[in-house]
Amino acid sequence: MKNKYDVLVIGGGPAGALAAKTAAQAGNSVCIVEKRPAIGTPVRCAEGIGKELLKEYIRPDPRWISADIESARIIAPNGTAISLDQARAGNEVGYVLDRKIFDRELVWQAAEAGADVIVKTRATAPIIENGAVRGAKVLSAGVPADIRAEVVITADGTEAQFARWAGLDTTVPLREMMSCAQYVMTDIDINAGSTDFYLGNSIAPEGYLWVFPKGDRTANVGIGITGRKSHDGSRAKDYLDRFVAKNFPNGKAIEAIAGGVPVCRPLPCTVGDGLLVAGDAARVVDPITGGGIGNAMYTGRLAGEVASKCIEAGNCSKEALMAYDTEWRASRMGMIIERNYKVKEYFLTLDDKKLNTLADSIASISFSEFSVSALIRELIKRNPKLLFELKALKDTLA
Amino acid sequence: MSTMLRINRDKCGYCGTCVAVCPEDALELIDAYLSLERECIACGICARACPLGALEVVHEE
Ligand SMILES: Cc1cc2nc3c(=O)[nH]c(=O)nc-3n(C[C@H](O)[C@H](O)[C@H](O)COP(=O)(O)OP(=O)(O)OC[C@H]3O[C@@H](n4cnc5c(N)ncnc54)[C@H](O)[C@@H]3O)c2cc1C
Repeated sequence: MKNKYDVLVIGGGPAGALAAKTAAQAGNSVCIVEKRPAIGTPVRCAEGIGKELLKEYIRPDPRWISADIESARIIAPNGTAISLDQARAGNEVGYVLDRKIFDRELVWQAAEAGADVIVKTRATAPIIENGAVRGAKVLSAGVPADIRAEVVITADGTEAQFARWAGLDTTVPLREMMSCAQYVMTDIDINAGSTDFYLGNSIAPEGYLWVFPKGDRTANVGIGITGRKSHDGSRAKDYLDRFVAKNFPNGKAIEAIAGGVPVCRPLPCTVGDGLLVAGDAARVVDPITGGGIGNAMYTGRLAGEVASKCIEAGNCSKEALMAYDTEWRASRMGMIIERNYKVKEYFLTLDDKKLNTLADSIASISFSEFSVSALIRELIKRNPKLLFELKALKDTLA
Repeated sequence: MSTMLRINRDKCGYCGTCVAVCPEDALELIDAYLSLERECIACGICARACPLGALEVVHEE
């Protein structure tokens, strides 16, 4: 570890790895500090990612792909299942990764591009001079050190404390924090080619429960509920335990994890003087699915590119770095997040009865003739009021 | 009477969900344990968000 780099990256997740790799490839000296003793563990993720999305960043490799997914099923509170095949489910059908290996591979690629990687090293404060971030104070296996840099890219995940210490408010409102628990379960009867999403107020209030296969009889079985629905006796873990007791009574949990997924809007500003914020720390998770691996890689790479350009131009002011913020907001990702945020807010207003109606309407249309007008015909038959609500949603999206 | 936050380290999954919702930036995840690093106002938001029920605001005489 040196005490000065062109780019310092805080956090060795997908966002940090892509940021470091990109900046190193552009010829910068780069360092990643990761507070955990090992990259990639514990895994706090259901590990699902769309195939096309993944391929934009890395060539799929069987070493870190646990399962190839052909369809997704959404199961309504009354049990109606809507099955989506690859073509229709788009990005949400894809691979279930093995993130222990995947995250390591990404960081290894950053290291191969020339970045230093230092584990068990926690950033404890930004170094700020004349209002600009100039590096970070770290504790490296208990030993304090200062690491100076032209640009700090903070990719410290859900906790997002570094940006907070530098003056950006990253606090997630309780109602927009998905409180999650997950087991890796084995010896269970599942459809190994399908990711299943269970909806319903008694199953996963304001969230969903997932079964993502990791092999023939193994899956990530997890749940996310909003923080405001989380109380003693009805926490994420309680809902998950009830589901597992009912559906997989003989399954074995070989791993238990917890985690938080921010489903708020992205930070109003993701740059500062000498500072870029990427990945979960920037709050760029998809508000509907809670998926953030792809968005972390996208923002990480972009942050690495913009940092490199600004360093080359000799101007790492907030104004110069703002190109990063502007670009991701105008990107496809930025637009999808904004749209899905609104759809999520609408979905939160749906009770089980409405969810069932919606699911029954969709399920009764054969996919070969699926169209919006067919859906509207079904909805008029079943619940015209829902149709007006959907129209209102459509208008807010327009 | 005073209120304070109690962390049950045996229940805690050190996931950091609480850190992200804390309005005071009082909590910090240090590798494999959660620590109260700065002043806590015992608002209880973290205790609500915790997926595992590892946090509790307790009232002491
Ligand atoms: C239960 C659950 C299920 C999920 N399922 C999916 C899914 O199926 N598909 C999907 O796409 N996404 C999913 N996500 C979201 C996904 O895991 C994240 O979006 C993704 O990991 C974000 O990557 P990142 O690099 O931004 O952050 P992270 O992967 O969280 O990496 C941040 C890193 O920064 C480190 N760090 C934090 N603070 C410091 C510090 N002060 N100093 C040094 N290092 C620090 C952390 O230890 C961590 O290693 C899920 C999340 C959860 C919790």
